[in-house]
Amino acid sequence: MNAANYLYVSALLFTIGAIGVVVRRNAIVVFMCVELMLNASNLAFVTFARINGNLDGQVVAFFTMVVAACEVVVGLAIIVTIYRSRRSASVDDASLLKR
Amino acid sequence: MINLAINVGQTQTPEAVLFWILGPLAVIAALGMLLVKKAVHSAILLAWVMITLAIFYIAQDAVFLGIVQVVVYTGAVMMLFLFILMLVGVDSSDSLTETIRGLRPIAITAALGFGGMMVSLLGRATLGRTSVGLADVNAEGNVQALAALLFSKYVWAFEVVSALLITAALGAMVLAHNHRIISRPTQRDLSTARFRSGSLASAAGLPNPGVYALHNAVDVPGLLPDGTAATSSVSETLKARGDVIESKPFQLEAREEEE
Amino acid sequence: MTSQSLVYLVALPLFGSALLLLGGKRTNRWGHLFATAISASAFGVGLYQFSVMLGQPDSQRALTQKLFSWISVGTFQVDAGLMVDQLSICFVLLITGVGTLIHIYSIAYMSHDLDRRRFFAYLNFFIAAMLLLVLGDSYLNLYVGWEGVGLASYLLIGFWNQKPTYATAAKKAFVANRVGDMGLSLAIMIAFATLGTVSFAGVKEHAGQASTGALTAIGIMLLVAATGKSAQFPLQAWLGDAMAGPTPVSALIHAATMVTAGVYLITRSNFIFDAAPTAQLAVAIIGAITLLFGAVIGMAKDDIKKALAASTMSQIGYMVLGAGLGPAGYAFAIMHLLTHGFFKAGMFLGAGSVMHGMNDEVNMRRFGGLRKFMPITFATFGLGYLAIIGVPPFAGFYSKDKIIEVAFNAGGIKGITLGAAALLGAAITAFYMTRVVILTFAGNKRWDEKAHPHESPILMWAPMVLLAVGSVASGFLFTRGDALRNWLAPVVEPMPVHEAELMSPAVVSILALALVVVGVGLAIIKYFLSEVPVVAPTDVTVFTRAARRDLMQDDFNEAVFMRPGQAITRGLVKTDVAVIDGAVRAVARLARGSGNVLRTTQTGFVRSYAMWIFLGAVGLVAAIWMVTL
Repeated sequence: MNAANYLYVSALLFTIGAIGVVVRRNAIVVFMCVELMLNASNLAFVTFARINGNLDGQVVAFFTMVVAACEVVVGLAIIVTIYRSRRSASVDDASLLKR
Repeated sequence: MINLAINVGQTQTPEAVLFWILGPLAVIAALGMLLVKKAVHSAILLAWVMITLAIFYIAQDAVFLGIVQVVVYTGAVMMLFLFILMLVGVDSSDSLTETIRGLRPIAITAALGFGGMMVSLLGRATLGRTSVGLADVNAEGNVQALAALLFSKYVWAFEVVSALLITAALGAMVLAHNHRIISRPTQRDLSTARFRSGSLASAAGLPNPGVYALHNAVDVPGLLPDGTAATSSVSETLKARGDVIESKPFQLEAREEEE
Repeated sequence: MTSQSLVYLVALPLFGSALLLLGGKRTNRWGHLFATAISASAFGVGLYQFSVMLGQPDSQRALTQKLFSWISVGTFQVDAGLMVDQLSICFVLLITGVGTLIHIYSIAYMSHDLDRRRFFAYLNFFIAAMLLLVLGDSYLNLYVGWEGVGLASYLLIGFWNQKPTYATAAKKAFVANRVGDMGLSLAIMIAFATLGTVSFAGVKEHAGQASTGALTAIGIMLLVAATGKSAQFPLQAWLGDAMAGPTPVSALIHAATMVTAGVYLITRSNFIFDAAPTAQLAVAIIGAITLLFGAVIGMAKDDIKKALAASTMSQIGYMVLGAGLGPAGYAFAIMHLLTHGFFKAGMFLGAGSVMHGMNDEVNMRRFGGLRKFMPITFATFGLGYLAIIGVPPFAGFYSKDKIIEVAFNAGGIKGITLGAAALLGAAITAFYMTRVVILTFAGNKRWDEKAHPHESPILMWAPMVLLAVGSVASGFLFTRGDALRNWLAPVVEPMPVHEAELMSPAVVSILALALVVVGVGLAIIKYFLSEVPVVAPTDVTVFTRAARRDLMQDDFNEAVFMRPGQAITRGLVKTDVAVIDGAVRAVARLARGSGNVLRTTQTGFVRSYAMWIFLGAVGLVAAIWMVTL
């Protein structure tokens, strides 16, 4: 067992999150997939911190968490607002910005 | 090609056991999150992935981050997700049929390529030196070491991020604030509207759900005087979720046949 | 010698014009009187200059005044300067003198016109521009005046521009003049390119160094300019239509002054033409052609003003012929110009007087027997008539016979041809002028019952009388002791008179008089002794029909210049649409087409955008993957 295995897991989780963002239509699920991608990158940071023997990676992961929290707060507020006016949380329904 | 594994060095056996159990589980949970129909199930599977990651953090000498992961993500963020899910309606299950033509095959192909190349890259990556480990830097404790770094080297970023957090909170408040254009209808207004509406059927309110000798629950429609099921007696939310019990068995047989 | 008062000659009428135009309705009540006073004061300044010049010896008579430095580019220096010499002062006195008389005449003639003030403003502007033309001390200054009189002519021909035909006539005159102006500007450019200067004195000084070819080019271009301004063949077509303007305008601009600017230009440039014999011969030939051309047209016109316009064309042809005969002819060209200024202006004013009494009728076939009703008009018109046909001792006799004589004496086949043409022209002149007089003043009355012919007011006949005095006496006075010839000598440098001539003055006079008698006799037989139909007969010869149509000049212009020009324009429009616009449109279509293709990616679905982002990330990873392979 070596630390690089965490990186493989991280890559897989990131890819799965990316597919989810593209494929799922429920805005909340899409958001969760974004969170998954952020977590995957966090795992990579933590692993790198361990490999390099300093805490900079952990600090970056910490900041990522804060930014992700902000993003969740604002994003969910947007979803609620959209839902309130359109009665739908599907990202496909909000497709007026075209042509 | 120098294998990353050689440089990183071997870890303790317990951690390997932990990894080989939790790692596949995390990936499976993530895949499940992608595939399940209901958003609530996705949320729960995501929570599981996050807890797994928290464990991984702790296993990798990132104790503080592991705790924060549990508290912030599985605690706060996932709570928020579930809360919004309830607000938006638990009926928000996706149909998994794709509406945008060609998107899904492209996405899967791209994802396979992306994942494959990432794994391949990681397999070939050379970090150039042996794994150091965090035993030294964590000598006085992980939290203390992290704090020392955060409040010295990264203090400026720390302040900026805190400002961002406050701004985000304010932004969420502004976005969620529902400004009323017309005044809220009073009970009197609602009552008048009921009687003024097309039929008097709604004047007395909706019928109650079924109360039967054999069965008594909110998820069964009540019966109308002629013995048919009153579908409007069941909550819309339950109907949307599909949690409605078939009322056929409770309906009275047609009187005409008995006579 | 310098003079400080020259500028007033130009500035006074310019000021008058500006005041009347900018003053608006406020000046309506006194504008005409003011303009007349301004014109008279300009005449006064002219007389003063004349008296100053008389007090100087011959070589010192030219007065100059530098106003300001106009163009200063490297070695090219042009001052806005005025110069009056023996040649210019003749014009100054003619312009301001006749101009003032016509101002006075117009006070009465235009009294019923609502726009009288504007008319006088334009008249003053014309006087200013014409004086600038003759006073400029360089070709460039002359050019400014040249354009100014063109503008004044345009404005005054189209004065009654509520009538579309009049507006068209004004435009026609402007366009024809523009062709001539192009010649003048080309002449100035060639002069600058070859001689490096455009002032009269400078060109005169350097003319000897230039090649004959360059001087010929300048001369031909100056001739083009003269044909445009002076209605000479082949640019004469506008003058007949220019009669659309009020009659005083026809008298002042299109008879006495502006149309003679071409003669002035040629005479002023005598040093160029004397050094370029080919250009000089071209001038003489153009003059001879035009004098016959105009005379022939004059025989066929029933419109009294157009008949006089054709006559003007013909008489200016004489002047141009004279100027084209070189040093021997300049003085006589100028003399004929001055006498013509008197008698033709007088006759135009007479025609105006007749029209004034006949409800603005211009068709001579509807006149007849007017001498009883308009005795003063008849008398002054008759004196002008005697002057133009060259009956001694009236003015035309002295000036025209001299030109014929000089033409005959030009030598060789050239002299005989030009002389014969001039002599024939004299006979035709006698015919058509007699026709005009008979149709208008003699014979039976042929007008409607509605017309009440009457004599014009004193403000109108007084200028006519003064001009008639000029018609009678000017020729006699100018030739006393060769007064005008000697006066002009320093400018045009005449050749010494040598006696070995083809025809002596007496022979020429007798020949000319005999032909005049023939012409008058023919006209009397045709129009006095036989009945004149009120409606012009249509069963006439091709020759007459052509003459009525200005000898097909308009048809020629339209066929040769207008139609091909329109065809070229249409072709260019098509090319513009197909090629130039086509190219622009093709670019637009390309942009729109590619935009349409790219637009399909803008589905509005966030997920498809996310897909693009993801594909970008895939591409990035693929790139890293490949470079680390």
